[in-house]
Amino acid sequence: MNTIRVILPAHLRTLARIDGEVKLEIEGPATPHAVLNALEIRYPMLRGTIRDQVTRQRRPFIRFFGCGQDLSHEPPDTPLPEAITTGEEPFLIVGAMAGG
Amino acid sequence: MSGVRVLVGTRKGAFVLTSDGARKQWDIHGPFFGGWELYHVKGSPADPNRLYASQSSSWFGQIIQRSDDGGKTWFQPGTPPGEPTTAPDGTPQGESNKFVYDSSSETGQPLTTHQWYDGTQHPWEFKRVWHLEPSLTDPDTIYAGVEDAAIFRSTDGGQTWQELPGLRSAKGHLWQPGAGGMCLHTILLDPGNPERIFVAISAAGTFRTDDAGKTWQPVNRGLKSPYELPDPTAEVGHCVHCIAKHPSRPNVLFMQKHWDVMRSDDAGESWHEISGDLPSDFGFPIAVHAHEPETIYVVPIKSDSEHFPPEGKLRVYRSRTGGNEWEGLTKGLPQQDCYVNILRDAMAVDSLDPCGIYVGTTGGQVYASADSGDSWLPIVRDLPPVLSVEVQALP
Repeated sequence: MNTIRVILPAHLRTLARIDGEVKLEIEGPATPHAVLNALEIRYPMLRGTIRDQVTRQRRPFIRFFGCGQDLSHEPPDTPLPEAITTGEEPFLIVGAMAGG
Repeated sequence: MSGVRVLVGTRKGAFVLTSDGARKQWDIHGPFFGGWELYHVKGSPADPNRLYASQSSSWFGQIIQRSDDGGKTWFQPGTPPGEPTTAPDGTPQGESNKFVYDSSSETGQPLTTHQWYDGTQHPWEFKRVWHLEPSLTDPDTIYAGVEDAAIFRSTDGGQTWQELPGLRSAKGHLWQPGAGGMCLHTILLDPGNPERIFVAISAAGTFRTDDAGKTWQPVNRGLKSPYELPDPTAEVGHCVHCIAKHPSRPNVLFMQKHWDVMRSDDAGESWHEISGDLPSDFGFPIAVHAHEPETIYVVPIKSDSEHFPPEGKLRVYRSRTGGNEWEGLTKGLPQQDCYVNILRDAMAVDSLDPCGIYVGTTGGQVYASADSGDSWLPIVRDLPPVLSVEVQALP
C-alpha cells in the first residue's frame, strides 16, 4: 500500500470542495492510472475533468508533474518515481499554461 | 408575480440578477463558478427553484451544475450519497458530465462521422453543452444541445444523460461545423404536444421530431444561403443562428439565420423571409413577446465578419406585424461608439405584464426593458462577455 500525495489545480479543488493536497492509498503498483482511479472514486465530481470518461485519455490541457519531471507523456501504467510512491514528493495535476 | 430572476452566463462565470416586478432596482449575485465558461443557465418551468447550468473549460471539460434553491447553492448532480461510486468492474461510475454519443447497434446511430472542413468525414467528438432546455412539466427532465451537434436527455435531474441518436440520422453525414463549431444551440418544446421538438444547429439547419425524439426530419425548405452553400437551397447545411416561437402558436416559427430573418407558418415545412426594412438582416438572437405572438425582436449586426451593430448604435428591432415592418428601439441603449455583439442565447423575455425583455452583450452589459422594449436600462455594465441570458418570472 502506497500513500500518494496529489496536488490539484485550484478549479478542481473547488469542484471537489477540498483545500490543500489529497492523500490517496494505492494498492498495487502506483501509476498515474491507479492514482486517477483512486482520485475519481473518492471525488466522483472530478470524473471527466482530468481524463476522458470513456477513453481514459488525459485531457489535452492537463499535465502531470512530479520530481521535477513532466510525466504527462508516459504511458498511464508506468510506475511513478519512487519519491512519489513514498510520499516524499507530490504528484501534481496541472492545468497547462495558456499563453496570450 | 413577486419578481424576476435573470440568469446570466458569461465567459468567466454565472450571475443571478434579481428584482421585483417593477424591474427597476436590481441585486447582482455572483460570480458563480468564477473562471469557467457558462454557456447557458436555465430554470425549470415546472419548478422555478430548479436551475441547471452548463459549466465548461478548455482545461477541464464539461460540468453540469444544478441548484434546487433558485441559485443560492449549486451542486453537481452526480452519485447520490451512499451509492457505489464504482461499477462492478471496479472503474469509476460516470457522472453528470458524461455525454457519450450512442453508437450501439440496438439504439444508436451507426453513422458516427460528419463532414469536416476539408470535405472528409470526421468522427463526432463531444466538446461542450451549448444549451439546456428543461422540460415544461417535469423538473427532473432536461434536454441538452451539444457540440458536436447532438441532443441528449436526462430524466434524473441531470445525473445521467442519454443521446436521442435519431437526430444524427437526419443527413448528419452532410453536417459541417461553421467557424463557431458544430453546435446544437436551440431546443424548442411544445406545451401542447410533448412529442414535438424543434432544434437548430450551426451549420446544419432546423430539425423537427414528432415522436419525442426517435426520428427527426430537416425542416429547411425556403432557406437560401447563396454565399455559404454551393447549393443555396440545400436540405441541410444552413447556418441557423436561433429560432423562437410563442407557446400559443405551435406551428409559427421565427428564425434569425446567418443572413435573413425568416418565418414559418407550417411548423417548419416552408420558410419565407421577413427581414423587410431592417438595417441588416444578419444577427444572432430572436425572441417573441410573451403576450403578443406577432411581436418579435431581433438585434441587427452589421455583417458576418463585422460582429457589431450598424453605425455603432445598439438597436433592438421590434416588429408588431410578425415581420417585414420593423422599428428600432433605442431609448436607453448606447447610440454611438457601440461595438459589442449580442450572442444567440443572450436575449430573453419575461412573462410579466408589460412584457420585459433582456439582452446581454459581449461587452458585459445586461440591458433590461420593462415595457416591451420601449425603453431600456442597464442592469449591470461590467460583467465578462455575456454568452446567455434567461429570465424567470417568480411567483
